[in-house]
Amino acid sequence: MTHSRRRAARGRLPLVLVLPAVLGLAFLLIPLAGLLTRAPWDTLAGELLSPRIGQALRLSLVCATLATLLCLVLGVPLAWLLARGNLPGQGLLRALITVPLVLPPVVGGVALLFVLGRRGLIGQYLHAWFGVSLPFTTAGVVIAEAFVAMPFLVVSVEGALRAADPRYEEAAATLGASRWLTFRRVTLPSVLPGVVAGTVLCWARALGEFGATITFAGNFPGTTTTMPLAVYLALETDPDAAIVLSVVLLIVSVGVLAALRDRWIRGGA
Amino acid sequence: MTLVAHLDVHRDRFHLDLRLEIAPGEVVALLGPNGAGKTTALRALAGLVPLTGGHISLDGHPWDAPPRTFLPPERRPVGVVFQDHLLFAHLSAVDNVAFGPRARGTSRAAARDLALRWLDRVGLAEHARAKPRTLSGGQAQRVALARALATDPRLLLLDEPLAALDAATRLHVRAELGRHLAEFRGHTLLVTHDPLDAMVLADRLVVLDHGTLVQQGTPTEVAHHPRNAYTADLVGLNLLRGTAEGTAVTLDGGGVLTLAEPATGPVHLSFPPSAVSVHPAPPTGSPRNTWPVTLTGLEQHAHTTRLRLHGRPPVLADITTAAVADLRLHAGDALWAAVKATEIRAYPATPDR
Amino acid sequence: MSRAPRALAVSLTAAAALAGCGSTDSGTAPTGTAAAGVRGQITVFAAASLTETFTALGDQFEAAHPGTTVTFNFAGSSALAQQINQGAPADVFASAAPTNMQQVQDTGAVTATPTTFARNRLQIAVPAGNPATITGLADFGRPEARIALCADQVPCGAAATKAFQAAGVTPQPDTLEQDVKAVLTKVRLGEVDAALVYKTDVTAAGEQVEGIDFPEAAQAVNDYPIAPLATAPNAAGATAFVDHVLSGTGRTVLTNAGFDSP
Repeated sequence: MTHSRRRAARGRLPLVLVLPAVLGLAFLLIPLAGLLTRAPWDTLAGELLSPRIGQALRLSLVCATLATLLCLVLGVPLAWLLARGNLPGQGLLRALITVPLVLPPVVGGVALLFVLGRRGLIGQYLHAWFGVSLPFTTAGVVIAEAFVAMPFLVVSVEGALRAADPRYEEAAATLGASRWLTFRRVTLPSVLPGVVAGTVLCWARALGEFGATITFAGNFPGTTTTMPLAVYLALETDPDAAIVLSVVLLIVSVGVLAALRDRWIRGGA
Repeated sequence: MTLVAHLDVHRDRFHLDLRLEIAPGEVVALLGPNGAGKTTALRALAGLVPLTGGHISLDGHPWDAPPRTFLPPERRPVGVVFQDHLLFAHLSAVDNVAFGPRARGTSRAAARDLALRWLDRVGLAEHARAKPRTLSGGQAQRVALARALATDPRLLLLDEPLAALDAATRLHVRAELGRHLAEFRGHTLLVTHDPLDAMVLADRLVVLDHGTLVQQGTPTEVAHHPRNAYTADLVGLNLLRGTAEGTAVTLDGGGVLTLAEPATGPVHLSFPPSAVSVHPAPPTGSPRNTWPVTLTGLEQHAHTTRLRLHGRPPVLADITTAAVADLRLHAGDALWAAVKATEIRAYPATPDR
Repeated sequence: MSRAPRALAVSLTAAAALAGCGSTDSGTAPTGTAAAGVRGQITVFAAASLTETFTALGDQFEAAHPGTTVTFNFAGSSALAQQINQGAPADVFASAAPTNMQQVQDTGAVTATPTTFARNRLQIAVPAGNPATITGLADFGRPEARIALCADQVPCGAAATKAFQAAGVTPQPDTLEQDVKAVLTKVRLGEVDAALVYKTDVTAAGEQVEGIDFPEAAQAVNDYPIAPLATAPNAAGATAFVDHVLSGTGRTVLTNAGFDSP
């Protein structure tokens, strides 16, 4: 009696939650395990050092990081506007923000071509006036990735801003801080965990982006072939190589995210 | 050289309409129940809520005069202390205090020096590097006070600065606040729903209810001549000032009262009118604090009658209506007042101005 | 984007109806005799490039064989081969390349000898009006021309490589797309000046894309094999459908779509 009661007191998590939680974890991790068991480990090291993979991996990391920076520069102010602004039709605007989440990425890529392509709404002028053409360039990869990944950042930062107490901003105003200073020194630091979470999601999404990238930026080794594109094409003829590429992408992204999490979450808390 | 305001704010169904003047060095307490419009008035002065009508000006400089003039909060020389301090959690105490001077253009080093001096003045120099969440409630509120004063404001606004503190901390912070208010040469508005805070800290009380002025005057005036039952209930408190030596307190206006616990130096004494009993003859027995008084007025309340008693000291007493009949009380009667030492609360007082 | 294929589908259906009438009139088609024993659902795994033609052929087949339902799974040939080898319940496999057919033969999923039912030739695809005045494969070596090709890993890319080798041209592609449809999207939007795709794809793309024949295309002809599966749940249906594809009416539909006869 005493023993069982003590045990109940110790195991404070109810089974109703633990069971689906474990199932959920398994659901997420078992496909990963499947990938790892099928990976040709003996050739992995050699493949890792091959210039083909190195090139694609470097391109992926650079593009995902640049796309994330672009998302931060544009997305954080957008989140602020949605959370604090008083615009007409704000609900509709908020729903429209999530369009890239819902849109099949390939369609997103086509939409980007319609706008920024050589004959696109804006792209035709970029091409005619400045000789700039974004499709089939590394800049195009960054834009496609940013388009797909930005909603993750905006939604997460907006949520943090809504949860933040606006009275701190008022306190800053009474101390003489302009709205910009208040945003930089008070608002942004207070929503930093949300910004970090959004940035991580955004980066991860950009790193794995396939559909919009291949549609808008095409696929050319060294310029626009990121890891997901290389994986997809390898799958056509050489599934083993595809698995190797996937595992490499996985290891690198998990490594980067784990390192960042340690640094940011511990430093910021 | 005063703050002159006519605060006219319409919001939803609420309407604030308050005329207010504060002289330099004066501390005005804005007193009233929840929802009376106290905080709205403070926010309007700070610029956090724009006026619907009326005006605010300081020394003739308009701050808010709809529809044309509106000085945003960051351009008003105000300092605000909020109820739950609202210190920036990611900044240390010294950076919180330096925030205002930095925002108003002081160099980093000078702002830091200034902030350290202010932290020293509120007795928290050794906590300069501490993050707000490591500070106690009282310490945080003192940092908040330093932060508000560090910008050298012309108008200091205190929004229920003691409400979030526990009773013991409250005592200390109240005394400290009183000390700083005495030194502050600008205009001060203290918003509170606690009559004791108001009476201890303010030169003048402004009682607000349902968005309009009910009464104003010095704490003693308001307490002794409440304009209506509401004010009488609100500020129905005997508040006396004196100097303690052990358990004996020599009152400033004459007379001596005995405390249950010893104290030293200037103190405020408070006890509710219900703690005072009246007798036709000198009472015998336990109460040690007895003195002769003259009945100068009676007020009928819901279940009790409030007596105004003149003597050394003058006090308010609440007795049952039945007792009034038994004693056949009339104005001018000579009576004896008594209060138990255990009913008297003593607070360290601010030094005289 | 959707108008051209729909128009094509309508014309194919019309052709199918005519062809169907013809076969009924003659009364000698082998499909007639098979009809007696054919019932139920027939599942056909077919290369994505066969989407329009096989949909029309399926409608024809169902009309000629009441009581049957033809269900299609259109995807890349390599993906289909993998699905079949993993045990997907298919009756017929129509591949866009012999290599993918070989993959299912290797595992024993197909034991019958596959039959080549169509051939596809490469064609140069240019946006309507041919803004970069492309005339032949040699233009693919011009660095200023924007070129899209299929990636080497997919059949149209492998075929393109053969054609360029035959022509002695080193192409300067700007992008190597994952499939023909992606290449055509770029041509249709005018994002590239030229691309190398199958003739059937150019035909299906309608007015927004122009096709230019070139002599080296003969060096890179792609065979489409078809075969019933050894494990077909509906063996009779599988044979009947393969027969229908190989029949005269089937060939008409394929030819109209731009396929060459084997």
